[in-house]
Amino acid sequence: MDALDLARWQFGVTTVYHFLFVPLTIGLGIFVAGLQTAWHRTGKEHYLKLTKFFGKLFLINFAMGVVTGIVQEFQFGMNWSEYSIFVGDVFGAPLAMEALLAFFMESTFLGLWIFGWDKLPKKVHLACIWAAAIGSNLSAYFILAANAWMKHPVGYEVVDGKARMTDLWAVLTNSTALAQVPHVIGAAFVVAGGFVLAVSGYWLLKTRAEMWRSAARAALVMTAIAGAVVAGTGDMSAKLMYEQQPMKLASAEGLERDTAGAAFSIAPGIEIPNVLSFLATNDFNATVQGTEDLQRRFEQQFGPGDYRPDQTIVFWSFRVMIVFGLATVGLSVLGLWLTRRKRGFPRWLSRAFLLALPLPSAAVIAGWLLSEIGRQPWTVAGELLTASSVSPGVTLAEVATSLTIFTALYGVLAVAEAVLLTRHVRKGVEEPEPVTEKTERLEPSLMY
Amino acid sequence: MIDLWFVIIAFLWTGYFVLEGFDFGVGLLAPLVSRSSAEQRQSLQTIGPVWDGNEVWLITAVGAMFAAFPAWYAGLFSAFYLQVTLILVGLIVRGVGLEWRGKVDDPRWCDLGIMVGSGLPAFLWGAVFADLLFDSAPAAVLGGMFTLAVCALHGAVFLALKTTGPVRRRARATVLAAGAVVIPVAVFALSNLGTLPALAAMAALAAATALIWRRREGWAFGATAAAIVLTTLAVFMELRQQPLPGLTLAEAASGAYTLTMLSWIGLIALPFVLVYQGWTYWVFRKRVQVAPI
Repeated sequence: MDALDLARWQFGVTTVYHFLFVPLTIGLGIFVAGLQTAWHRTGKEHYLKLTKFFGKLFLINFAMGVVTGIVQEFQFGMNWSEYSIFVGDVFGAPLAMEALLAFFMESTFLGLWIFGWDKLPKKVHLACIWAAAIGSNLSAYFILAANAWMKHPVGYEVVDGKARMTDLWAVLTNSTALAQVPHVIGAAFVVAGGFVLAVSGYWLLKTRAEMWRSAARAALVMTAIAGAVVAGTGDMSAKLMYEQQPMKLASAEGLERDTAGAAFSIAPGIEIPNVLSFLATNDFNATVQGTEDLQRRFEQQFGPGDYRPDQTIVFWSFRVMIVFGLATVGLSVLGLWLTRRKRGFPRWLSRAFLLALPLPSAAVIAGWLLSEIGRQPWTVAGELLTASSVSPGVTLAEVATSLTIFTALYGVLAVAEAVLLTRHVRKGVEEPEPVTEKTERLEPSLMY
Repeated sequence: MIDLWFVIIAFLWTGYFVLEGFDFGVGLLAPLVSRSSAEQRQSLQTIGPVWDGNEVWLITAVGAMFAAFPAWYAGLFSAFYLQVTLILVGLIVRGVGLEWRGKVDDPRWCDLGIMVGSGLPAFLWGAVFADLLFDSAPAAVLGGMFTLAVCALHGAVFLALKTTGPVRRRARATVLAAGAVVIPVAVFALSNLGTLPALAAMAALAAATALIWRRREGWAFGATAAAIVLTTLAVFMELRQQPLPGLTLAEAASGAYTLTMLSWIGLIALPFVLVYQGWTYWVFRKRVQVAPI
């Protein structure tokens, strides 16, 4: 165990943890904005109640996404200084843009939304939640553009041992990013839809209120549409992976040798002939490269070393992602069918909705494990090895300290967040406060 | 182009310290100036709508360093590893404390988190920059005490400016008491820098205390803000030659293409950010009262 291993563990732990909260921020923000718009349009009070109810859950979760995100931005410099120096010229740009173009918008307008209920005109207040939610989605785009560059670097040249950006547009329109952005944002909407579904399911088991049926229906629609986007862009990603990251594709399929008409492996030993070739290329007879043959070619190209990622994790995370993701989307399609034309929600269905809370999150985490462990041993594919990315001056003791602190703190906060969310879900919607007469006029603070 | 980006980064850090400086101060002092949970809420509500946006100044400053001076970014945060870890811990517990305190039954844990989470970074940022400049442990401690004290003063002035009633009165008294501590520390710390902005910062801190005495809260806030601007200016003037030991800006900088692209993006986006953040302060310009129960 050396500093490199711990730095990798720290990155894994803090990033997976961060991404437990992010999808909910991305998807639920838009959902709350949609609820508030519905209230605005129809004037129906139950939309206002739902806006406030899900708004509160959104904020509890939002806090965690923000504070765990700060760690991410510092972590590159702290643990991965060699990586930062190599990539900063290219990778730093989307990060700076994320802060300037997305985070300012998200945080400022969210502050206005939280505290502006009785201070802003209704339309302006509604615009604030939309601006905040769009800011969250925009931030996802920039960070995914940065992430995609690690797997498929474009728009750069290497000068004096450092990447130099030559084309920002190429970085921002990286094909890998363009497939990954809708895939991840779609998945975020599935997670958020699943969350709303689970909460609504819980309440539908207790009451027959129309409010929860309308929340559940909206969530079903959102989950089903987002699920279709995720599946479609997942297919796009697979085809790009065939061209750009053949080792990841081969590892995900456990394909050892270059194979024409390669079979798709469902589990070890259960295979569907020719389907992998078709998924990767739209041609049933195309040749898909295998891990062992790739390893041999990479050794010729890059010198001795093991260029295969952890086969077990990559293979199984791929399957967990697909199965759990499809299960969630299947549940939403089933729900839509059973409740078509305002049919009621059977109790067993409401109970099944509770599964929509853990399933998509598990799929998302598995997807990230596939994506990032599948990238190993590189931090920047073909350019920089993970082993050469770590901070040379940082000691094992230092990384051990920060890893311990963050893990312990995150553990405590996870429990607190779970308790807090559960309590507010159980409490249910609150009656909107009666509109009170404005009290005495306050003097503005800027009086000299 | 390199100089321009150094100025932009100095500007972003300055914005961060001015804005988050009073957030830290308010977080630290809220339990001191509040005698009831309603007053505690009143105190924290002064920063409620704005603190998260203020923190993005840090995210942007660090992101801009990463993009424009990768070696500076990487060297700084890997060198001050444990300090930065603790700053992050502070920012985490403060952030969840502020967001969650209205949603829990007993907010005492949140208040503790807010206080500790404000104090830690307020102290450590000063310690990091002082250590960077003077490379000695006593200087780091002094620098930390200085930024902690200035944040407290800045926050107390902000509380006096933004509240009514007993909290405002106590905040004013706190400013006068804090001034007695801050000014000697400031004289001691800033004389190490010795440059004109550093000396002017001392004068601004003294002026702030005097202005509170004269009940000019708006002007006093301007004075503490000016003191922070001047101090940051003094620090970055020192860093210009050598942002890290053995590193020059030119060596640390990204290529001309990247810097040009980032300049255009900043030029287009930053005015919008300043306008809508400024608008937030305008929307919440009124003093915060104790909420009627």
